[in-house]
Amino acid sequence: MRHLRKTYKDVVAVNDLDLEVRPGECFGLLGPNGAGKTTTIEICEGLTPADSGEVEVLGLNWTRDAKALRQRLGIQLQETQLSEKLTVLETIQLFRSFFHQGPEAMEVIAMVQLEEKASARVGNLSGGQKQRLALACALVGNPDFLFLDEPTTGLDPQARRQLWELIEKFKLSGRTILLTTHYMDEAERLCERVAIMDHGKVIALGTPRELIASVCAEHMVEFSAGTHGHLLDLTAVSAIDGIRDVQRENGSVRMQVTALHRAVPALLAELGRQAVPLTELRTHSATLEDVFVTLTGRHLRGE
Amino acid sequence: MNSSHPLMQLTLVRFREFVREPEALFWVFGFPIILAAGLGIAFRNRPAEVLPVAAVTPQLSASMRTEKLLDVRQLPPGEAERELRNGKVVLVAEPGANGAVVYRYDDTNPDGRSARMLADRAIERAAGRQDPVASKDTLMREPGSRYIDFLVPGLLGMNLMGSAVWGMAFGIVDARRKKLIKRLMATPMPREYYLLSFVLSRLVLLVVEVGAVLGFAVLVFQVPVYGSLVALAFFCVLSSMSFCALGLLIASRVQTIEAASGMTNAVMMPMWICSGVFFSAQRFPNIMQPLIKALPLTAVIDALRSNMLQGASFAQLAPEAGVLSAWLVVCFFVALKLFRWR
Repeated sequence: MRHLRKTYKDVVAVNDLDLEVRPGECFGLLGPNGAGKTTTIEICEGLTPADSGEVEVLGLNWTRDAKALRQRLGIQLQETQLSEKLTVLETIQLFRSFFHQGPEAMEVIAMVQLEEKASARVGNLSGGQKQRLALACALVGNPDFLFLDEPTTGLDPQARRQLWELIEKFKLSGRTILLTTHYMDEAERLCERVAIMDHGKVIALGTPRELIASVCAEHMVEFSAGTHGHLLDLTAVSAIDGIRDVQRENGSVRMQVTALHRAVPALLAELGRQAVPLTELRTHSATLEDVFVTLTGRHLRGE
Repeated sequence: MNSSHPLMQLTLVRFREFVREPEALFWVFGFPIILAAGLGIAFRNRPAEVLPVAAVTPQLSASMRTEKLLDVRQLPPGEAERELRNGKVVLVAEPGANGAVVYRYDDTNPDGRSARMLADRAIERAAGRQDPVASKDTLMREPGSRYIDFLVPGLLGMNLMGSAVWGMAFGIVDARRKKLIKRLMATPMPREYYLLSFVLSRLVLLVVEVGAVLGFAVLVFQVPVYGSLVALAFFCVLSSMSFCALGLLIASRVQTIEAASGMTNAVMMPMWICSGVFFSAQRFPNIMQPLIKALPLTAVIDALRSNMLQGASFAQLAPEAGVLSAWLVVCFFVALKLFRWR
């Protein structure tokens, strides 16, 4: 039913990209800033024209069916500032008036749990409340397809979790979502499938579990060991059974591990043999962040 | 119109944003009234001034006192001289040789020259002069010919321009800067409604705005409106639309408030100066007149003045209506061509 595909060349915004979002799924576009996520989602939203390529949304086409499409999409843009002088209710009434059908204004406000703030000015809302209002503006038309561009960027952890719960509720109604994010935990929690983007290209595509399984072992181990004069010989560590992809990183060592209960004792034994003191040891289950680091050698956020 | 109609909602938003901005309210309603009141007081018609003069003999002094417009003091010669030099009196009359009279005054000072004529007439008449031609004065003090009458149509025109150009340019550029236009473009909102909402809210505010300024001028200063009110309303609406189009043109591509405010001032400043708000545009050299006549603000002010002060008919104001319509059409279409919807 939906099937979107585009080739688009700007500086290096989006480069020969093929993607399909399936009906009823929540699809995540993941990547660092400047990876081309926003350009991609704005092409799908019909806000930015592609230089070449095709986009099909809900079986419709932006050049022919723009009017009908607009009625069926819910869109949240990055960094929109809604008018600060209007109240929450007035803002929702304004957006509601553009759609032929959809819930009552107060219903939408209840959906995003802003009932108490209905008559408050937008300028007096907190960051999380503003973001929920922006989500409400995307929900007023009872959309079949919801686009969310970095819905939780800049929010504190509690506000993020609250927003995730709202998005999960919307997912339960069986409608389709395309969201962009640079938070790995957000994608892992909300998305059935994710595409990891870098430099305008998709570098990995699949369910979060598949992606983790395809590139990494189950666990990640990081440790710091050794002093200035006394450096650890990594070749011996790499040779341990169940340890792969050993990398030095800012003085610490990072590796993938399949069986934690066998690999860690073996690692400690090896350190003991080389008489290198261990200063720090951390393990965690592999995440999408690790997938990204493994694929690109860079961290998602930062540099 | 249903209150959930998008055009209604957009227009309501414009009103809400306007009335919740106290500064905007002041500039649109308070400022022109305060300006009119201030200038009205400064340029109010005072009774003709009495000129202070001095005479050095009782006889001259008595003769000059028959003239009501002179305030005559009799002083010894030295002191009279000193008072003249200090500007306390504008003229000193002293006896000359053979019964003549000598006037001392500064002929570059208009008051001195007036005093000279008044004093001379009083002294000659007291000495028995008969004027061969009888004369009678008709004083120009009725409403319609005072400075305040000239000023109010000018302020009204200036206000029509300012609120329309500012309202349009600021509203649109602010929405663009906040990515609000882009957000609205992501909804099924019809684009023309967005622009139309600015025009509609302007028209409604226009009634209040013109009403406030004109009402104040008529009630407080008895400024007359001799022409038809329909023609007056027509010119207010037409000019407001032209200035909206001008504002739209300014806002069509600009991304920041700073750029918009610079452009707005650059467009309006020449008109404030040249279009005859505070003084007649006729004072500029002839070579500039065709250019000045083509400015929209000149056209509005000329039309309003002719309507209010001379009761000019619609037909007489056709050229001004033509100028305004031309600005409206040209600005509007160029603006639509250039407009950046994001």
